[in-house]
Amino acid sequence: MAMFIRIDLKEDAIAEAGAAAKLIEVCPVKIFAAGADDKSVSIIDDNVDECTLCDLCMEASPKGVKVVKLYEE
Amino acid sequence: MGILVHEDFRFIVQGITGREALNFTRECLNYGSKIIGGVTPGRGGREVYGVKVYDTVREITEQTRVDGSVITVPYQFAPDAAFEAIEAGIKEIIIITEGIQRKSAVEIIEFARQHGARVIGPNCLGVITPGVCRFGSLGGPADDCKRAFGAGCVGVMSRSGGMTTEISNALTLSGLGISTSVSIGGDPVVGSSYSDLMPLFEADEQTKAVVIYSEPGGPMEAQLAQWSKDNNSRLPIVAFVSGRFMDDMPGVSFGHAGTVVHRKVDSPAEKIRAMRAAGIAVADEIGDIPKLVKERIEAKGG
Amino acid sequence: MRFYEYESKKILAKYGIPFPKGGVAKTAEEAKNLAADLGGKVVVKAMVLTSSLTDRGTVREANGPDEAAKATEELLALKVGALTPVSVLVEEQVEVERELALQVTYDGVAKLPVMIASDVPRKNLDDVADDTPDRVKRRHFSTLHPMRAQTFRCKELVRSLGLGGSDLNRMTQVVSKLADAMLEYDLTVAEINALGQTKDGKFIALDVNMDMEEEGRFRQGALLEEFGIPMTETRGVRGEPTPMEREAQAIDADDPRGLISPFVEFDGNMGLVIGAGGGSLTIFDAVTRHGGKPANYAAIGGNPSVKKAQRLAKLVLSKEGVDKIAVMSNVVSNTRADLVARGVIKGVLELGLEPKEVITIFRCPGAWEADAFKILEKYGVDYCDRSVSLSEAAKRAVAKVQG
Repeated sequence: MAMFIRIDLKEDAIAEAGAAAKLIEVCPVKIFAAGADDKSVSIIDDNVDECTLCDLCMEASPKGVKVVKLYEE
Repeated sequence: MGILVHEDFRFIVQGITGREALNFTRECLNYGSKIIGGVTPGRGGREVYGVKVYDTVREITEQTRVDGSVITVPYQFAPDAAFEAIEAGIKEIIIITEGIQRKSAVEIIEFARQHGARVIGPNCLGVITPGVCRFGSLGGPADDCKRAFGAGCVGVMSRSGGMTTEISNALTLSGLGISTSVSIGGDPVVGSSYSDLMPLFEADEQTKAVVIYSEPGGPMEAQLAQWSKDNNSRLPIVAFVSGRFMDDMPGVSFGHAGTVVHRKVDSPAEKIRAMRAAGIAVADEIGDIPKLVKERIEAKGG
Repeated sequence: MRFYEYESKKILAKYGIPFPKGGVAKTAEEAKNLAADLGGKVVVKAMVLTSSLTDRGTVREANGPDEAAKATEELLALKVGALTPVSVLVEEQVEVERELALQVTYDGVAKLPVMIASDVPRKNLDDVADDTPDRVKRRHFSTLHPMRAQTFRCKELVRSLGLGGSDLNRMTQVVSKLADAMLEYDLTVAEINALGQTKDGKFIALDVNMDMEEEGRFRQGALLEEFGIPMTETRGVRGEPTPMEREAQAIDADDPRGLISPFVEFDGNMGLVIGAGGGSLTIFDAVTRHGGKPANYAAIGGNPSVKKAQRLAKLVLSKEGVDKIAVMSNVVSNTRADLVARGVIKGVLELGLEPKEVITIFRCPGAWEADAFKILEKYGVDYCDRSVSLSEAAKRAVAKVQG
């Protein structure tokens, strides 16, 4: 289970911006996978702590994705 | 001044969309380096941190001047990528890729020699002249990089990328600072050895001394000792030889592919002997390096 | 990766370089049968890897099957370093008029492959070159041209050794084939340490030695399969890898990025999660210099994943008698301090242990250190930054392990 990173998703914002495919493409550590339909994504829990904080997902969907560092809370 | 790079040094990154390349492209840009394009076949037309991605090197060299290329493609594709850059006329090639077969490394170096290009690496991190240009992934995040590499008078050459930063950092903390640091690569055959780069430091007014980090394996230290005897260099050289525990463990490879003791010339003990005999100072503790450099510069009347 | 002589000779066979008839025996009985089939005098060679690339262990001559069996028994009981011979090679004894030595390898100074020939056989060629330089001839060649376009270089080498007539042409062929073999099979050295010439003028490879670069494993799968060498078989001169070393190899095989190999187990009680390539050598030296007894060598570098650092920490702590680890590296550029911190803490917690008790020191300054420091503070782990030298950090860690 992820201990260091949490990914907060806003499904509506991702769908609205059509960012799902982009999220899957840009993440260098495969945190995102295809969701229920082609407008949504799911999170691969096992990969979340691999997050390199590259921000490419937040650039791809500024309103839909937030990366939270649990060690800063 | 420093060596290899300059204020207006313009380079490209081959394999720019990979995990590590993305990282250091961003950090080079943050440092102020001029990355004028990237290449990943099949990804042409995209952009990475504002740098345009192309399918071929020629698409960039046909429209603008390119001084160097950083190659980070997987090892199977590295020779082809290097040939592409060299044939397009690029003269300074850094190969970060690890695990390139020896034959391929030699192919690249031979091809470069025929075209008047220089290869640094493979299995290296690149070059930094503090405040002037960072060419490659050496030094990590830009802010860290600025802390570890302060401008000064010592040239650094290291077979270990990580130890390039470690030693540069210690020299910076001591107030001596760096003219240029070069991570020359940890493979058994690399494009530029210590003695290949010594004449460049020799010609650089900013450089007052040279520090090398060495490891077991290979003839490069013996070659430097010979160079040092043959050329009446104005530069004092201080060396650190790691892996002394390996003297007792012949035939076992540690750390880098090139780090193995088979022959006499490979062993730390022999390297230390040859370098000391040539007048090169060899530090026993890594922390002693700055002190030794200061002593040697003073002794030379610098 | 070293090849046994019988394997090296299989490579020669692909290139049509002749060598004596023979076979491999694992028991005295097998050797006896081989010797009987071969008839006449035989040579029995112990198949064992030694640290020197050119030192080939022990050889016995035997006159007939019974002597071959006896020689085999003796050879298989030998202790060579940490190893005992895995088998013997039984070969017919070939009458030769003279012997030469031939080697192809890479010259790291010229950055070219080089062919080396000498009229002093069965000796370490480096030593021969040191003692009698005029009896060792060298010729560089190119990796960019096929051998058919640079056979002249082989010819020049052979000529420089003083050969002429049909000898020159015959040996030139041997040299060019050996060079081809080296380039094709990722060999770092291909050596015919005793190249015999028979009465009728033919050359025959009596004593052969080859080494393949470790990275070649992944590319030379077909050859290894042909030889029956499993991908996981290491050919270390230290002997069989320990279970812990095997586990480390498995971790690398699952995720080759950020290699932790070579992982080497030592007798000590201080677990080391150290990096990277050069840093690990320096740190290992520093730990032993300050009286520490390492339980292992490992070299994390090349930015390993969090999972990899996690698995390495667990592996090191799995060793009996190791209840403390030191996590140290040089100032990192590429490897990220925060990802290493995440990994080792995860690994320690998964074992049900307390990070602040187990991790004696975390000295991994550099890339993303600010995030690493926050993580370490959250878990109360003792850390230091770049102002503490590697030697100083090693000293602190050793003191904690020794209590």
